[in-house]
Amino acid sequence: MSNSDIYHEMIIDYSRNPINFGTIVKPDIFMHDSNPLCGDSIDLYMNVDDDVHSISEIKFNGKGCAICIACTSVLTEITKGKKIDDVIKINKTDILSELGLQKLNPVRIKCALLSLKILKFSIYSYLSDKIKKIDDTRKTELFKLKDDATNLY
Amino acid sequence: MKTQTTSIDYIRKDFPILNRCVYDDKQLIYLDNASTTQKPIQVINAINNFYRNYNSNIHRSVYSIANEATAAYENTRSKIAKFLNIRNAKEIIFVRGTTEAINLVAYSWGRNNIAKDDVIVTTEYEHHSNIVPWQLLVKEKQAKLKYIEINENGELRLDQLDDYLEYGNVKLVTFSQMSNVLGTITDSTKIISKCKKYNVKTLIDGAQSAPHMKVNIDDIGCDFFACSAHKMLGPTGVGILWAPKNVMEHMVPFHGGGDMIKEVHKYETTWNDLPYKFEAGTPNIADVIGFSTAIDYINDIGIDTIRNHEEDLRNYALSKLDNIKNIVIYGNKDSAKSGGIISFNFADIHPHDLATILDEDGIAIRSGHHCAQVLMEKLDVPATSRISFYIYNTKNEIDKLVISLEKAARLFKL
Repeated sequence: MSNSDIYHEMIIDYSRNPINFGTIVKPDIFMHDSNPLCGDSIDLYMNVDDDVHSISEIKFNGKGCAICIACTSVLTEITKGKKIDDVIKINKTDILSELGLQKLNPVRIKCALLSLKILKFSIYSYLSDKIKKIDDTRKTELFKLKDDATNLY
Repeated sequence: MKTQTTSIDYIRKDFPILNRCVYDDKQLIYLDNASTTQKPIQVINAINNFYRNYNSNIHRSVYSIANEATAAYENTRSKIAKFLNIRNAKEIIFVRGTTEAINLVAYSWGRNNIAKDDVIVTTEYEHHSNIVPWQLLVKEKQAKLKYIEINENGELRLDQLDDYLEYGNVKLVTFSQMSNVLGTITDSTKIISKCKKYNVKTLIDGAQSAPHMKVNIDDIGCDFFACSAHKMLGPTGVGILWAPKNVMEHMVPFHGGGDMIKEVHKYETTWNDLPYKFEAGTPNIADVIGFSTAIDYINDIGIDTIRNHEEDLRNYALSKLDNIKNIVIYGNKDSAKSGGIISFNFADIHPHDLATILDEDGIAIRSGHHCAQVLMEKLDVPATSRISFYIYNTKNEIDKLVISLEKAARLFKL
């Protein structure tokens, strides 16, 4: 993929004016992670609506390149309002195709998927804490979520 | 050398990689020499020749090709001694690189010489390799790590060193002779003369200085010096540590194993003489031999010619970058006080995005924290873009860089 193709209107706009940018005081879910090699650093905050088991509010904060910030904007927008069961199904293609980044090279893919990795890990640890008695199907699902997060890039 | 242009053209022919294109038709413009340099055909051939014609283990076997290998390996030591003006070649230890050399000092010297409440002084513009080994050591020994800060020109505030030395307990001052991010050339002589008054040891990280300027260890008078082959036209995986014999004799071995011993008994071992005491196991023979050829190559051109060429390129690049709006340059504008390195940021374009855009035009620059996160914190930026030169770079390449930067400005609507 040509590099100039990467930096199209949507990426530049999202990176200059990120959506869902900010913080949540006392969030139900919080996680921070960074890419040590390139320095992208993201904090992700979420509140959960317990009645319907969905993400009622989501914000992110941090520093990163245009790709990282644009992808995090898109990810948070996709996540907002979704049921947790659906949130855990969000995959990398959902994010990359939304911004036309399917063919991003392996170094820069880390910038694009950092926030998805944080999302998956944070929901995994939230659910692990939350569900005291986990039945076996749920357990398998949880392990799969952790695996997904680990193997994202 | 004849005229600058023709001789640089001549030099470029020795570097096969400079002929290649990326993205089909963009000729490679390599501006990441502070990270690693390209290798001339002479170095590639020397390594090739070793494996083809006299590959064998050194120091032990008695047959011809092993003798040839041992002679070539040891010859590198003498060559480095001459290159860096070290009186005794046996004080040079081959290691994997600067990082390993510093870790060796932290382990083999530090463990016996640093105690509770002792102070190790480093600087804000160090590479992680000259910070992390000391963090590990001070944690183990309950000692303290202190930093000499930088001023707005990217130079060290040596008044702080005076304070540290006066306060006492300083056992080691460790610093890079040239910053890998800002290019700043450290006033080593001044630091060392201050330290000598207090009988404080000094370590010089020469990873950036040795390839680009004349280093005279005998004159400088430091206690430890480290550098890497791959940043000076040589192969990766080889570097040196130098320390005076009387210091090294009192250091414990870093690694135990073959070649570093004199006699091994069931529960006791006596160490081999220097430098072999610190060279356990089969070393990186082929690349040490390649390093030797790299030094020949640098000597043929002349280290002062290299330094002048880079100073010239840096001045040219600074004048061009000056014409582009929204470029912020970190470090010293005076190229006489800096190596051929320029770190900058371009408006709000993240360095990773900028590097990706330049890459499309075949231009390789470094973006990120350059293994200097302490410095990034000081500059209050998450990352910078960095261009760094070597003898084969040209003004024409800088012109192409400028065109590419203008393209980035258009994409990001600056």
